[in-house]
Amino acid sequence: MQPVLQAKAINKRYGKVVALDNADLELYKDEVLGVIGDNGAGKSTLIKALCGAVQPDSGEILLDGNKVTFGSPIEARKTGIETVYQNLALSPALTIADNMFLGREIHKKGFMGKFLRFLDQSGMQELARTKLSELGLLTIQNINQQVETLSGGQRQGVAVARAAAFGTKVIIMDEPTAALGVKESRRVLELIVEVKSRGIPIILISHNMPHVFEVSDRIHIHRLGKRLCVINPKDNSMSDAVAYMTGAKEPPTS
Amino acid sequence: MSDISKDLQDQPKFQDEIGSKDQDHHTFELEKPNTLKKIQNFLHGNPTMVPVIILFVSVAAFGLIAGGKFFSAFNLSLIIQQVTIVGILAAAQTLIILTAGIDLSVAAIMVLASVFMGKLSVQMGLPTSFAIMVGMASGAICGYINGWLVTKFRLPPFIVTLGTWNVFFALVIFFSGSQSIRARDIEANAPLLHFFGKSVKVYGAQFTYGSFLMILIFIILWFVLNKTAWGRHVYAVGDDKDAAELSGIRTDRMLLSVYTVAGVILALGAWVSIGRVGSVSPTSFYEGNLDSITAVVIGGTSLFGGRGSIVGALFGALIVGVFSSGLSIAGLDVLWQRFALGCLIIMAVGLDQWIRRISN
Repeated sequence: MQPVLQAKAINKRYGKVVALDNADLELYKDEVLGVIGDNGAGKSTLIKALCGAVQPDSGEILLDGNKVTFGSPIEARKTGIETVYQNLALSPALTIADNMFLGREIHKKGFMGKFLRFLDQSGMQELARTKLSELGLLTIQNINQQVETLSGGQRQGVAVARAAAFGTKVIIMDEPTAALGVKESRRVLELIVEVKSRGIPIILISHNMPHVFEVSDRIHIHRLGKRLCVINPKDNSMSDAVAYMTGAKEPPTS
Repeated sequence: MSDISKDLQDQPKFQDEIGSKDQDHHTFELEKPNTLKKIQNFLHGNPTMVPVIILFVSVAAFGLIAGGKFFSAFNLSLIIQQVTIVGILAAAQTLIILTAGIDLSVAAIMVLASVFMGKLSVQMGLPTSFAIMVGMASGAICGYINGWLVTKFRLPPFIVTLGTWNVFFALVIFFSGSQSIRARDIEANAPLLHFFGKSVKVYGAQFTYGSFLMILIFIILWFVLNKTAWGRHVYAVGDDKDAAELSGIRTDRMLLSVYTVAGVILALGAWVSIGRVGSVSPTSFYEGNLDSITAVVIGGTSLFGGRGSIVGALFGALIVGVFSSGLSIAGLDVLWQRFALGCLIIMAVGLDQWIRRISN
């Protein structure tokens, strides 16, 4: 089966530090791929290369089998790869609707939109409302509420809804539960499953082993700048995963 | 292998326990907000209300203290005339401050543009419309230079504009030969430069064309900031530059355009200032930088960027005008006007901080 998104032998150096050393990654259709690794293993550099925030020194990225190069996150987004960043990349003082369409606003039709560049605010609010309720997030009553008045989980919900609304190929989530309480984390994990059931594969980067094991179909373990192994969460325990990650145990040969 | 199933079994139980405790915590937070909290919420949602309230209260207070002399149509319209230039400076300043920057060179850019306009038309005898265009271009270029230094070299706007303020001011002295261009000469050779000084009288009130232009600038900026993508991006960049960048906004291009637009507004202000003052003086509006920041801050715009409204700056400028007019009619010395203004600035920023604390 052809991977939806594939990284082949990616290298990235920062001065003398090798962040990625011939790193590979494959993401298939209809799956959640967990990515774990110790601090400094290079997993965030790998993810940044996939979402366009970092340009690799060598190696290639394939989307549906076609080679792609991303000069910026915007270029990656145009191909349908959406990223939910750890810091969420939301503007707290703007409204939910503003945030969902930030950087890709819809303009009014006709003279007002074309020449005066007026925004179609009611249209965007309507779409934002639809997207949020599709994901069961419409406990947020007012779409014109400022994001800073929302709780951490609700903000995460807005960021995920934004990614789900525009991501057609892949959604990458970087530590989506790191800043959340237990209940809110649960809601985000449900969201991940929900998004996956809509047919969009997800790459989930997290330090939280129970969360990764709960929702991932496969787990990519990153160590010393490259992929150490890919394990099935059903056949391995969390302590095994930690042992592989830290080098305490040899990975299974497959 | 059995480890994993055990792990997964333990996990939900563990979470249920925490979940129930977590719920208590949430119900605690949902306690009924008290009146103060409600006011805070309201002001957070409507940041322009603060300067509006201050303006109305101060107008009413001075009306009571200073009586009919203050409350006359003529005096009220005079206040608008007096705040025209500071208002235009504050409009440009608001754009910069919304992006979490600050522009100390606003007045210098304006005076430089007015020197070009006067010099080329009056002293060099070139067509006035051409001189005005050169002045407008100089404003745009000065703004662009500020923006270029801020984005290209990642220098703090405070430092950049502190530097360019001096540079532009030196250029003002150089190009003007530190001499004023007299109103009489302008009237004789380039009357178009006095266009915005003309006025219309309505029921004893007197409005200059410059005041109308100022109001027009505010209306246009309000629409641009609230109804266009560019405007929303100004807020997004000031609120959280990294987040804006990740959302796909080209933040450097955005900042560059903001500084340039501010420069154009300042050049328009230069034209208005010639009409208002009559002459072109290289040393005029020396305190315009700080006056504009004062108006923006009193108008409720946060110096940390991303929060505030363009209309606030207009109200801020009007509040300053009302205070100085009211206090002088009431017979207070200029020093007390400054005293009151200083208190007002600190109160305005204190209030802003209090309102912002809502998110925690």
